[in-house]
Amino acid sequence: MTDLPTDLTRATAAALADALATKAVSSVEVTQAHLDRIAAVDGQVHAYLHVDAEGALAQARAIDERRGAGESLSALAGVPIAVKDVMTTKGLPTTCGSKILEGWIPPYDATVVTKLREAGLPIIGKTNMDEFAMGSSTEHSAYGPSRNPWDLERIPGGSGGGSSSVLASFQAPLATGTDTGGSIRQPAAVTATVGTKPTYGGVSRYGLVALASSLDQAGPCGRTVLDTALLHAVMGGHDPMDSTSIDAPVPPVVEAARAADVRGMRVGVVKELGGKGYQPGVRARFDESVALLEELGAEVVEVSCPNFDYALAAYYLILPSEASSNLAKFDAMRYGLRVLPDGVDDPSAEQVMAATRDAGFGPEVKRRIILGTYALSSGYYDAYYGSAQKVRALIAQDFANAYEQVDVLVSPTAPTTAFKLGDKLEDPMAMYLNDIATIPANLAGVPGMSIPSGLADEDGLPAGIQILAPATKDERLYSVGAALEAALVDRWGGPILDRAPELGGVAAAKGA
Amino acid sequence: MSSLSREDVAHLAGLARIELSDAELDRMVGELSVILESVAKVQQAPTDGVAPMSHPMPLTNVTRPDVVRPSLGAEAALAGAPEAEMQRFSVPRILDED
Repeated sequence: MTDLPTDLTRATAAALADALATKAVSSVEVTQAHLDRIAAVDGQVHAYLHVDAEGALAQARAIDERRGAGESLSALAGVPIAVKDVMTTKGLPTTCGSKILEGWIPPYDATVVTKLREAGLPIIGKTNMDEFAMGSSTEHSAYGPSRNPWDLERIPGGSGGGSSSVLASFQAPLATGTDTGGSIRQPAAVTATVGTKPTYGGVSRYGLVALASSLDQAGPCGRTVLDTALLHAVMGGHDPMDSTSIDAPVPPVVEAARAADVRGMRVGVVKELGGKGYQPGVRARFDESVALLEELGAEVVEVSCPNFDYALAAYYLILPSEASSNLAKFDAMRYGLRVLPDGVDDPSAEQVMAATRDAGFGPEVKRRIILGTYALSSGYYDAYYGSAQKVRALIAQDFANAYEQVDVLVSPTAPTTAFKLGDKLEDPMAMYLNDIATIPANLAGVPGMSIPSGLADEDGLPAGIQILAPATKDERLYSVGAALEAALVDRWGGPILDRAPELGGVAAAKGA
Repeated sequence: MSSLSREDVAHLAGLARIELSDAELDRMVGELSVILESVAKVQQAPTDGVAPMSHPMPLTNVTRPDVVRPSLGAEAALAGAPEAEMQRFSVPRILDED
């Protein structure tokens, strides 16, 4: 039934799940294949901050035993997964890409991690990220950047560049992400992988190191739309430990991905996302995808969301404001780093806190904390934070108006393909512009997905198309994403990642 | 819009409990001014009469039954502490000595 490739790391999660269910392959074999792949290529990619070979194999053995005993298991049981280092994992280091949490071993699991363990997915390791998820390239990780498997001199996106590069280099079939302004979708776009930011509240935030609590949303990352849907179904659902968790069943994302039907759907192209500043090759692949959707039976119209032009500015006030408050907990008292100030006898708690935060936080984190402190200070509050909150309402209204005319919205996911490491590191505003198309969804709380749209002509690098749906209608992302993916893969003659260059080392000989 | 002076940034860093070096301060003044100039664009949006939005979903207060349930033990809670003593977090002095 299932045709597994010789190299198990090239299989989709769905195919692995089927093969595991029929005992054609064991979880130990699948997990070991990925550990071997990590040993062969992660020296070049640097996608993982921590690999838990022993723990993953123990989980895999346990699943194999339970399956052997005839127990009925969840769909993804035995399929290994990589977890973004923003999620607490009991007994496994959780650094959030920061020196201030170096060596911290959380005493509890995030709800998402609990769900992964209960569903029987061996956790293979923790993935790299920009420090506290602040960035679009992983260059702000205190542990060094991850590299894009399409070109090791380029960024894999961020903040979830560890998870995206894990997937694009076949070091795990699935990964988790979090998306505050695009940190799942933009990394997916620049690596030709798939990622979904669910509706705000669709996946529990309990046990995630908070960046901006009104924007943060955890979600699934995969190489195909169906794989991503299968993981979405595991991660999602109500959690009494998160007061903003939606008390409703997970939308029927797997059913939608399997049906892959866009006939009769109304698709709106957002006029404000895609003009000036968008690379021609990104734009061309996007236009082709839109034309394909029309061929597949969708009705395409242009939609205007005029206030999206203010989204980036509003976001870079709201996010730093919330972050400056959330990160106040790193005070050198209860966990994490403690650094004593130089040349001070018997320093006070306040002096220790200030010295620790200087030593433990990187430049981008300091910038955003200080910006947020300013935006919230009396005298400037109304002009900055207050205005940003009103813009947020305008953006939500733009979405509401658009969804009266259409079922989903589409745009390019990111304005450009992957840029070179170092290119935007010294220019914070240039880095922020990477998220220009993904930010509106976070401000309004609506779900979004990125899938590969092809390779840009000018540089041969991946581009992504973003699909946005109304709040709680996440299944529409999967209807559109799966239909478009099938048509594109058919046109390409195979999955786009088959065209990524082989990475050197032992694994290069194996291939697909 | 007001641009930030070096003294402003030093003051804000103090409020945020981050001890910046002189070199960091010099850099931060320029960078923050560029960012502030850009985000001030929110003031041009047609926001007259618009109610501010703090959260994407309507929030309701969530409670749980008032019953005892297991929580972290002292050992687990203190496992990541920079310093612990007698089952407590050990912290630097919080008051000035005279």
